[in-house]
Amino acid sequence: MLDLFILAPLACLILINLPPVGSRRLALPLAMVLAGVQAIAVLCLPYMPRLDGPLTSFFNFGLQITPLGRMLLLAVGLVAFVSLLVGQASLGQDRRLWQFASMMLLAITGMNGAVLVSDLFSLYVFMEVLAVCSFILIAFNRDPLALEGAFKYVILSAVASVLMLGSLSLMLLVAGSTGFAALKAALAAGSASPLLKLAMAGFVCGLFIKGGLAPFHAWLPGAYSSAPAAVSVLLAGVGTKVSGLYALLRLAMDVLPPSAALGQAVMVVGAFSMVVGAVAALVQKDIKRLLAYSSISQMGYVVLAAGCFLADAGSADWRLVAAGELAMAGAIFHLFNHSVFKSLLFVNSAAVERQAGTTDMQLLGGLGSRMPVTGATSVIAALSTAGVPPLAGFWSKLVIILALWQSGMQAYALLAVAVSVATLGYLLLMQRRVFFGRTAPNLQGVREGSEGYVVAELILATVTVLVGLAFPLLMHLGSFLLPANLNL
Amino acid sequence: MSANVLDIALTVLLVAAAVWTVSTARMLRSVIGLAATSALLTAILFRLDSPLAAVFELSVCAGLIPAILVSAVGLTARMDDDALARRKRAKLKVFALLPVILAAAAWALVRLNVPLDFALPAAQGPGATVQTTLWNLRQADLVGQIAVLLAAAFGVVVLLKGKSQ
Repeated sequence: MLDLFILAPLACLILINLPPVGSRRLALPLAMVLAGVQAIAVLCLPYMPRLDGPLTSFFNFGLQITPLGRMLLLAVGLVAFVSLLVGQASLGQDRRLWQFASMMLLAITGMNGAVLVSDLFSLYVFMEVLAVCSFILIAFNRDPLALEGAFKYVILSAVASVLMLGSLSLMLLVAGSTGFAALKAALAAGSASPLLKLAMAGFVCGLFIKGGLAPFHAWLPGAYSSAPAAVSVLLAGVGTKVSGLYALLRLAMDVLPPSAALGQAVMVVGAFSMVVGAVAALVQKDIKRLLAYSSISQMGYVVLAAGCFLADAGSADWRLVAAGELAMAGAIFHLFNHSVFKSLLFVNSAAVERQAGTTDMQLLGGLGSRMPVTGATSVIAALSTAGVPPLAGFWSKLVIILALWQSGMQAYALLAVAVSVATLGYLLLMQRRVFFGRTAPNLQGVREGSEGYVVAELILATVTVLVGLAFPLLMHLGSFLLPANLNL
Repeated sequence: MSANVLDIALTVLLVAAAVWTVSTARMLRSVIGLAATSALLTAILFRLDSPLAAVFELSVCAGLIPAILVSAVGLTARMDDDALARRKRAKLKVFALLPVILAAAAWALVRLNVPLDFALPAAQGPGATVQTTLWNLRQADLVGQIAVLLAAAFGVVVLLKGKSQ
């Protein structure tokens, strides 16, 4: 059954590339149906009967789904669907749509594979699938800025790949396997080889680069801001999360042994990302660059919480262990929430760019009355990003901050609150500059974006509001939201 | 002794081919360098008693990937002479640090006394073939690698075919 998450996108890819050429017109609708079905199937997965048939007996990928994986698969389906909607509205020609849909299907294959495998080498292979698709999608329009953004990503991604592949070879040499279980056993042994620890550190550094965390973030603002709108949505929504942060959380839960020193090191990277991203976002003049730095800052929260989990998991005090598990629950929840509200903000910026012809905030103003849906949904996404109740972002940040406080890490908790205030500041400044105030004379004729943008905005805004309002229910359902081993 | 000399020679040639691959100014020569690097790596993998990895390296990295790259090179324009001269000057600076980095890494390995006497992972068994090993043990990786190759092929079409905007 799980194999279908990898096989179905590949089957769709083959289908839309078969002759006659007329089948290319079906490329985008088919990819959208696939992404939509994935989102629905993930929600229904716990209630679906196990399917055994010729397909499942022929293929054996050894896949495994965890609550974290389920959350990511849902985000992949949702964000890919929205990205395809934006692509349909912005790319125009049939040929370009077919190429875009083909690349998106391969990217979905890569993301689904990375989420479902339980072997570090397989994870690396699927991360490379996503990385190759990302290079091509960033440069999709072939303009100089896009090519520069893609080139920076290629170079830094190659550095990450070298680190990860070198680490994997050392892991194979020392532990004899790259499976999560074998690596966990090798690392947990009292006499774990220093070479294995070094290899794991190298792999985690590679993940930091792929995830665009400060100080490894040099590629991210250029890539996000120069990519076509639909690609920015995909990359900011799920791309970097799957290739960097998901793997980090999975390692923290399933492979790395609890360690206060390791947890503190990860927390330092998370806190640094939070602060650097927020400070840099404060001085940006371009919407997409501001959102890119905001992503770096928000991902810092996830890494900070993962570090808290690692630091507390080995404690003899059950209250600290519980606080660490709460931090991991917050990290997973914030990862999902960020996928949704950051995708929404990128869809908003795409609609503004399409209609006003620029994303330079100095040239914009008063668009709220001319683009009411874009303006209103942008406010919802901005407030959720800043952690304003009762939106989804408030709950995930609250869980992370409470967990940090209960772990005795009050300084980090206060820092997280301060960064939230800064986030509210730069996002409200962006709202004022773009959607409020007087409309510039050259923007008098601007109207709401096409249906593709509006539908995408409404879907994501609805999810942001509903997840926020239904949070107590989601906590009650538990198994979907929280790590399997969490026992609050 | 002669085996050691052969291993050292293959390793030196591998590094030299890799450096030439990334430093040459002509893209086609770079592709040839990549194929040569992969062929040398194949020989090293055979020497390390890893025939399955060697066969895969030879077929995919020395065969299929250069074929995709050559098709991409065929769709690009030739670099002008000034740019070519600049590239040639720049490559000396880029690789000036390489011997220093290699020497530092070797010094660190010796100085830190890193244990390197690991037993190699167990062989796949007497009946193992390329097909059974890849399909039974690394099926997900195989599909992932097919997806990487498909992405590369689509990348050539998306980025290089047709007029640039």
